[in-house]
Amino acid sequence: MLSKRIIPCLDVHEGRVVKGTNFVQLRDAGDPVELAALYDQEGADELIFLDITASSDNRETMVDVVRRTAEQVFIPFTIGGGLRTIEDIRRMLRAGADKIALNTSAVQNPRLIQEGAHAFGSQCIVVAIDARTSAPGQWEVYIHGGRTATGKDVLEWAAEAEALGAGEILLTSMDRDGTKIGYELELTRAVSRAVSLPVIASGGVGTLEHLAEGLTLGEADAVLAASIFHYKEYSIEEAKRYLAQRGILVRHS
Amino acid sequence: MIGIVDYGRGNLRSVEKALEKVGFEATIMASPTELSTVNGLILPGVGAFADAMQALGQGGWIEPLTQFARSGRPFLGICLGMQILFEIGEEHGEHAGLGLLTGRVVKFPRGRKVPHMGWNSLRLEQPSHLLEGIPNESYFYFVHSYYAEPGEKKDIVATSDYGVVVPAVVGKDNVWGAQFHPEKSSPWGLQILTNFGKWVNEDDTLSSHRS
Repeated sequence: MLSKRIIPCLDVHEGRVVKGTNFVQLRDAGDPVELAALYDQEGADELIFLDITASSDNRETMVDVVRRTAEQVFIPFTIGGGLRTIEDIRRMLRAGADKIALNTSAVQNPRLIQEGAHAFGSQCIVVAIDARTSAPGQWEVYIHGGRTATGKDVLEWAAEAEALGAGEILLTSMDRDGTKIGYELELTRAVSRAVSLPVIASGGVGTLEHLAEGLTLGEADAVLAASIFHYKEYSIEEAKRYLAQRGILVRHS
Repeated sequence: MIGIVDYGRGNLRSVEKALEKVGFEATIMASPTELSTVNGLILPGVGAFADAMQALGQGGWIEPLTQFARSGRPFLGICLGMQILFEIGEEHGEHAGLGLLTGRVVKFPRGRKVPHMGWNSLRLEQPSHLLEGIPNESYFYFVHSYYAEPGEKKDIVATSDYGVVVPAVVGKDNVWGAQFHPEKSSPWGLQILTNFGKWVNEDDTLSSHRS
């Protein structure tokens, strides 16, 4: 049977992994390739690199990270952040990335999803959605790293992304991001039911219990976490053991 | 030397790096003229069935690939590269595949998420050299929206359960296919590539003895 996935997320700034409690205080957390290889060894099911600089000058640095990762990491990995054109996508895939996450560019130019899926296959087009509660049981799509409201309804946008050819949804709750109080389960479940694509829950995880909730109550196919793994609060192994004890099917290697 | 077919559809670099990692030399081949220089072949592929066949046709690959398969040298299709080994694909209408294995490639029935994406466990249906050392129920990374229905049950070497039984490894004589991505299925996927590489090398020894 298909297992549930645990996906560590690495924020990359100018070729280095960074972590911080807010965008001002970034702390260097090492070489992305080394960290990626470590997570692979520990049993991570997949990895996501988010290029938080995402300027075009920096693109070459990110392509190099992707190329070096592809030499050492033999699990799937996704690249996101500032990719705007088919050519941007092509470069990352050719360098060795398996999937591309589109966020702002997909909202501004939905045809990019369609063209990307047509050119490279739906399996490599992940649509990342930053969601914020607008009314009880309603969520709005935000772009530009959460700074700009779009007026779009999250459930409608997720369905549109699927119709355009997206292969997966990476769903981040902005209300929960950084809070460590758990995923927004109602949102995750609503999106998971609105599309027939795999959904990755993100934003708010603080404990292993939260991972389990995202996969069961949230009905997500995969859970993304950053800080609990980076700060070594839990290892991937511990997370998997916990989930297995809770009766959730996870990969053991 | 293992050749990787470059017809513009597939993550060639990952396959090449994974083979390197397990100690085998690989070359990415942009033209069918290079087929004579390799002892084993990997046909990768992502995307749509008809589109892949069209790209192979445009590159002049179809007849040379068929001849390669007939030559008896080890041939491994990965993901879509496995699907196009069959006779017919039902993705966006009926399209002819390479026809090296009998059967069709069909859409998943309703009632599950598509693509089938993530790590699924393998059920070994029969012993094979490609799966040597692979434990039953070990996990591999899949991502696909269609699956094979081989005409011959004996061509099914391993399966996975996704509500329907998905042929995960198929093979007949020297022509094999993996529906999952061995190059992305650390650690057991690398074991399969090791087995394939060894097979290619052994086969090479045999052929040089013969000549």
